[in-house]
Amino acid sequence: MTADTKPFADRIWDFFCSLKLTIVLLLLLAATSIIGTVIQQNAPAADYIREYGQTNYELFVKLQFTDMYHSAWFMGILGLFCVNLICCSIKNFPRAWRFVSKPTLIAPDGLLKNSANKASFSSKRDRDLLASELAAALKKEFATPRSNEAEGRIHLFAQKGIYSRFGAYMTHLSILIVIFGAIIGTLWGEKGYVNIVEGTQVDRFQQRSGEELPLGFTLRCEDFTVEYYPGSNRPKDYFSDLIILENDQHVMIKGLEKTRIEVNKPLTYRGYTFYQSSYGPAGNTTFKFRITGNTTKETQELSARAGEKISLGNGYSFVVTNYASNYSNFGPAVQMRVTAPDGAPGNPFIVLQNYPDFDAKRGGAFSFSLLAMDQLQYTGLQVAKDPGVEIVWAGCFLMVFGSLTAFFFSHRRIWICLEKDGNKTSIQMIGNAHRNQAGFSLSFNELQQKIEAAINGPATDKE
Amino acid sequence: MDSGTLFNITTIVYFVAMLLFFVYIASKNTTIARAATLAALIGFIVQTAALGLRWYEAYQILGSDGRAPLTNLYESVVFFAWSILLIYLLIDLKYRQRAIGAFVLPIALLSMLWAQLSLNSGIDPLVPALQSNWLTYHVITCFLGYAGFAVAFGVSIMYLLRIGKEEKEQGDKAVGGVIGMFPSSRVLDDLNYRAIMVGFPLLTLGIITGAAWANYAWGTYWSWDPKETWSLIVWFIYAAFLHARFTRGWVGRKAAWLSIFGFAATLFCYLGVNLVLSGLHSYGSA
Repeated sequence: MTADTKPFADRIWDFFCSLKLTIVLLLLLAATSIIGTVIQQNAPAADYIREYGQTNYELFVKLQFTDMYHSAWFMGILGLFCVNLICCSIKNFPRAWRFVSKPTLIAPDGLLKNSANKASFSSKRDRDLLASELAAALKKEFATPRSNEAEGRIHLFAQKGIYSRFGAYMTHLSILIVIFGAIIGTLWGEKGYVNIVEGTQVDRFQQRSGEELPLGFTLRCEDFTVEYYPGSNRPKDYFSDLIILENDQHVMIKGLEKTRIEVNKPLTYRGYTFYQSSYGPAGNTTFKFRITGNTTKETQELSARAGEKISLGNGYSFVVTNYASNYSNFGPAVQMRVTAPDGAPGNPFIVLQNYPDFDAKRGGAFSFSLLAMDQLQYTGLQVAKDPGVEIVWAGCFLMVFGSLTAFFFSHRRIWICLEKDGNKTSIQMIGNAHRNQAGFSLSFNELQQKIEAAINGPATDKE
Repeated sequence: MDSGTLFNITTIVYFVAMLLFFVYIASKNTTIARAATLAALIGFIVQTAALGLRWYEAYQILGSDGRAPLTNLYESVVFFAWSILLIYLLIDLKYRQRAIGAFVLPIALLSMLWAQLSLNSGIDPLVPALQSNWLTYHVITCFLGYAGFAVAFGVSIMYLLRIGKEEKEQGDKAVGGVIGMFPSSRVLDDLNYRAIMVGFPLLTLGIITGAAWANYAWGTYWSWDPKETWSLIVWFIYAAFLHARFTRGWVGRKAAWLSIFGFAATLFCYLGVNLVLSGLHSYGSA
């Protein structure tokens, strides 16, 4: 019967079951996936237009190349791949299951004659006694055999590693589980980020789309710290000390009020996980000065923020106009000016934190020492809630287990057939493995020697 | 002695081993084959010691910030060579097909030469994102996988050279000349499959450990970053290869080409993505 005369439904079924389709789909997925690694994904329209021109950009949008891994056509290929996977498994699973449900307990004559691994022995000992001794030997050296008597023969059947027949199905199932977990995550997961200035709190976060979502609790950043490798400005680590509040009450996490998170050490609370991902300055640097009146010799300590006018008494005031964390390699510095009681602004001058006595040489009514420069930081956190992630890990675990089973274990079977032959007993032994024949044939030879020893019996030794 | 010197010795020993494998193929002298394998084994032992020493040096230089020598391009290329030798020696132990060394050693030697001659071998402290035990698991599994594919690649080249000759001579008399020293095309085809069978689960594990790490560090196990995507492309190609074994018409030549093609994708995933594209795995630009 040619393909053309088959019913249409059968042809559809054959198409979805075909291994050729699997190979074509795998290579198609490989080839199309390249597109998204060459064309930047989810970039602003202007970026594409600048790089590729308006016409190409419109083409990209039409072909969904700007977000291709979520495009209808890519999902379509993945969907077809899943259907193919399911159909192949449905088609072939019953054949594998038959090894469990209907094991070949009695080796057919053809197998006895033609097996690649076979041995035959003959013994003067009683058949039934031998059968029970060989069963014990098989149990010890290989696996517990099942015994059957048919047509005057005793058949022993033992098998090992039958689960390896299902390695491929486990792997296929695992892929479906991973995809299922990913779909759950896409449908019910939340992903976004939040920036919290030190000492402040938030109760919502922002999604990539710009939409804000409520957390259902309050997250406060007590403190943020960056540590650098000695002698460099390479960050070694950065931490945020976080506090969680429910109805203004501190929530204890692992017995602690404050949890320190850092890169590679996130915090999980009520399904949300917060990952340390970035940081930056949060405006409003505070400067602390010690100010000495040059005539009065009185000192005072004052704090100021950039641009803030601070009174010095007697009608004088000062303002910080600029600042740098490292000015011409002299370290932290501020630029400031003093305004006299008549309202005339003075000339701007620079105060260096590392040289506290330097400003006294400038002259004028006051001299300034910069004691501290506190840059408020914000901590950048990624926020993720993914109810599918456990499913994905379960799938991954099964995938590793399944593929190892599929590749490195085989279903090995041994049959022994005992038959009365005059006043002797003739014994035939065959073995079969569904994978790694070469390796199996070595272990068959070993087993054969042990069985032979068992046939000769403990008492008889050699005749 | 520092690890750099030991890596130089490794490179020289690999070069000697490769030459001996070439001489073996030309001369058919099995003593030379044994010497070649021994040289490869010595090189591997020296390199293992060098890796251990570099690990120790990292702790000497960086104190408590020390780490396993698996963190930048130089260290990864050296580890790639080590992985190739490990997989090759295991396959040699099991299948004793000596001629394969002539096609696998050059890949390891080229890696070592590149690392020793033109890559920055400085031991620098790690950026915060890389300070994780997942780094070690991820790198080891990925590179052992890559190494399996590298061995399969060498074997596939041999297969293509051999099959042409076998078909021309119609198989009734033994294939002569240098190619006559290759294992038969049937054995090469089988070895190609076996090397990929080792590489594939390791790559799978490498992708999974990478995903687990990404989820732990960023909260996203998969973000279609170019490196992730390319590792998946490689996975797709070898998955196609393995399934092709079960259908007629996709074995032999086609399988060998698929294996070569897969290794090209592996190399692009390993190096091309960093050198050409951009993404999270930025060691290529270092």
